[in-house]
Amino acid sequence: MPLTDSLRDEILASVPSLRAFAISLSGKSDRADDLVQETLLRALANIDSFQPGSNLPAWLFTILRNLFRSDYRKRRREVEDAEGSYSKTLKSQPAQSSHLEFEEFRAALEKLPQDQREALILVGASGFSYEDAAAICGCAVGTIKSRVNRARSKLSAMLYVDGTEDFGPDSTVRAVIGGSGT
Amino acid sequence: MKDPKPLSPKPAPKSGLNSEIQARIGHQLRAMYDDVVKQGVPDRFADLIRKLDAGETPGADGEGLPQTSIGRD
Repeated sequence: MPLTDSLRDEILASVPSLRAFAISLSGKSDRADDLVQETLLRALANIDSFQPGSNLPAWLFTILRNLFRSDYRKRRREVEDAEGSYSKTLKSQPAQSSHLEFEEFRAALEKLPQDQREALILVGASGFSYEDAAAICGCAVGTIKSRVNRARSKLSAMLYVDGTEDFGPDSTVRAVIGGSGT
Repeated sequence: MKDPKPLSPKPAPKSGLNSEIQARIGHQLRAMYDDVVKQGVPDRFADLIRKLDAGETPGADGEGLPQTSIGRD
């Protein structure tokens, strides 16, 4: 369909959640915004292929997810370096336990296999149904369910079970470093 | 008061997923996500869509599209 005013407004209204999805996937806000921009360009260039009445956010998320995956293969090394950049960020920011906890969560999320991470984000944060998430990822509903479950188990193990001894003292040390560095 | 984990230290055996932990993961995931959603639409994207809608070539005023070759070679 052609780009009507209402469709344009709907696309614009999807930008905040597209950014949140992109940042959650990539862990980097500058790259995430490039992904969103590329997604919008692709969407507008291919707007004729959008089926009126179908789920616009799901269509846009599919474009972004596919762009991220093709991009990811080329930048795998960079993504794997993300952990290092987190610890740098931590030292330059105020020591707030909520902030530390947040960074720990983000770092743990980044360690998940990509399939599991995207499934968890789509269902647990973006609020898509399992069916929509399956359509976005191009897989079966059952596959999405098992990816979400595995993602939750792994996060739980990293953050709250296996990592308990590590995370406790580590956080305190980092809090001290952060506090004295400013 | 510096304890970053209000949760009790050993909440669940490895095999079972404690519902408290699940709720916590869900909460953190949404908090992270909503933090970005609340930032709204950055001018960059509003401008981009306005220009494309008006038939202008984005980047004509220097903003420049990311001519990354995503999807190409």
